[in-house]
Amino acid sequence: MIATIGFYVFAVILLASATMVVTARNPVHSVLFLILAFFNAAALFLIAGAEFLAMILIIVYVGAVAVLFLFVVMMLDVNFAELREGVQRYAPVGLVVGLILLFELGLVLTGWHFAPSAAEIRMSPTPTALSNTAALGNVLYTRYIFLFQLAGLILLVAMIGAIVLTHRERGTARRQRIGRQNARQPEETLAMLNVALGAGIDEIGILRPLPDPAPVGAESHALPHAAEPH
Amino acid sequence: MQPVIVHYLPILAFLVLAGVIGGALVGGSLIAARQKPYAEKLSAYECGFEPFDDARRRFDVRYYLVAILFIIFDLEVAFLFPWAVSLWSIGLFGFLSMVGFLAVLTVGFIYEWRKGALEWE
Amino acid sequence: MADFFLHTIVGLIILTFLKALALIVPLLILVAYLTYAERKVLAAVQLRKGPNVVGWFGLLQPFADALKMIFKETIIPAGANRVLFVLAPMITFGLAILAWAVIPVNDGWGIADINVGILYLFAISSLGVYGIIIAGWASNSKYAFLGALRSAAQMVSYEVSMGFVMVSVLLCVGSLNLNDIVLAQRNIWFFIPLFPMFIVFFVSTLAETNRSPFDLPEGESEIVAGFFVEYSAMAFALFYLGEYANMILMSALTTILFLGGWLGPFGWTWLPGPIWFILKILFCLFVFLWVRATFPRYRYDQLMRLGWKVFLPASLGWLVLTAGVLLATGWVPHVSS
Repeated sequence: MIATIGFYVFAVILLASATMVVTARNPVHSVLFLILAFFNAAALFLIAGAEFLAMILIIVYVGAVAVLFLFVVMMLDVNFAELREGVQRYAPVGLVVGLILLFELGLVLTGWHFAPSAAEIRMSPTPTALSNTAALGNVLYTRYIFLFQLAGLILLVAMIGAIVLTHRERGTARRQRIGRQNARQPEETLAMLNVALGAGIDEIGILRPLPDPAPVGAESHALPHAAEPH
Repeated sequence: MQPVIVHYLPILAFLVLAGVIGGALVGGSLIAARQKPYAEKLSAYECGFEPFDDARRRFDVRYYLVAILFIIFDLEVAFLFPWAVSLWSIGLFGFLSMVGFLAVLTVGFIYEWRKGALEWE
Repeated sequence: MADFFLHTIVGLIILTFLKALALIVPLLILVAYLTYAERKVLAAVQLRKGPNVVGWFGLLQPFADALKMIFKETIIPAGANRVLFVLAPMITFGLAILAWAVIPVNDGWGIADINVGILYLFAISSLGVYGIIIAGWASNSKYAFLGALRSAAQMVSYEVSMGFVMVSVLLCVGSLNLNDIVLAQRNIWFFIPLFPMFIVFFVSTLAETNRSPFDLPEGESEIVAGFFVEYSAMAFALFYLGEYANMILMSALTTILFLGGWLGPFGWTWLPGPIWFILKILFCLFVFLWVRATFPRYRYDQLMRLGWKVFLPASLGWLVLTAGVLLATGWVPHVSS
């Protein structure tokens, strides 16, 4: 009873927010509606008894993927008026692609039939003695080991791809070199001098002994140790 | 057995209460306080300067990289949860299976490290 | 009477709301007094007196502050997105409250006793980013936006190691249920066998709640309070309430995962479970304040380095080690649920 009402409520909100994702004018609003859609999908998972999947949907999609989307639409500052002008130009091409997809979907739907074992599987829902997290864990890493390892490889490709595409080495950055900082000894930087009474910098010559005398005129590099960021 | 969803109904109660309390506090303040806005008061804070352009602009790509790497590691964590729960039944084979998975990702992690993608400059 | 509450739908709904209120009201009072405690502890560390005028020992100070906040003008900046601007503090505050639905204060007292409690908490803490990003973007102010980005990148960086730490605790429990996690600590609290993880977790919670020494998103001396620079009145106060409620939540999580929840030390039972639970939370909160009084703020590159280059590999390594040791010694827990 509760589950049925819940199903329809969440399903309706899910579809409505999915429609808003594609129709909202502001891209940030689109992403926020997408997040609402994710939440409702998670609720549908819960109604189906798939607690683990529901939580993972929220953790991965809402907590990570949508954050990236939000970053992108907030920071890219895409000019949507220009994009809209492009819409009319590309409309015929888009229409053709859409029609082909529709045709293919039609083929799939007409050729659809249930697998012979489907009814049997449907009749044996989540085992009661086992939480569905454990049920998943019992087969994922052993029976489906190849798919699992494949997932690992896909993640590896994604990681490397992200770095190749976005990482730029900038020569101007000054980084902290922690090893060098820690390896520094007092002897390298400190010297005890006996200063005669009334003698100033001119009389002593230097403020502190440097390992290599800095060339005159290179002010910014005159004191490499002192300039080291810490 | 009750359907799983019944255990989650209290969360709905918390959601309603959190919304009501938050809304009541903000709304109460809106009603209770004297609202007297004018253009200067409503301009964005920029240490006393006039704000000179819109704050919404292109931003450094480093933040995207952090977000992408986070997604990948978050998925890794998601794979670890069921594994931790059923380690008893999948035993050594399951353990080695996960070690293989983590080894692949560690390769990626080392690549990141060597490339300097983890450095914030 | 009992029949009405336990067997009719309306009764059950009312009962659930009453239970929720019984948890939320003390929580809000604790939040109020946490702000007071913070000022008192900081004052004590710096040899000052702290608030001592309003009420005995300044005990009414939090309420005076709240009243002041209510009677301030709510300013919504001209370029701001009004709906999201008001929504953002409510998200931050709401999430901090929502998480408490699953926290077991005593054996079986979790109001929503769900099988995947720890995942639920992980999900809630991963949503915490939203209140901040939305606030930063909706304000349409440069400082707010910069603070929000910093904060989002920071929270995200530390969440991975928090996840690894949680998994290594789960390895010793064999269940995602918070009640089971506490009960698994009857023999030994997990902070002893998993001590390095305990440290990683606690430091990550500091970063996750944007507390000092990781309070760069607020960085009042550089980006003038960061993502909530444009906020005033109660909307501003909601961010503060949310931050403090999150501190309490993270303390509760630390208590459940590592400090044995409601179990007394050495098997003592002369105090009831909830009292032990609260005492442990108060201890964690005190450490939060103590850290703030002691450590200077991290620089941003140091913060990212600590998260990605120290905590992440360390927690992952310890995780594999834990699993290996459990398998080798045959101590892998087996919970049927």
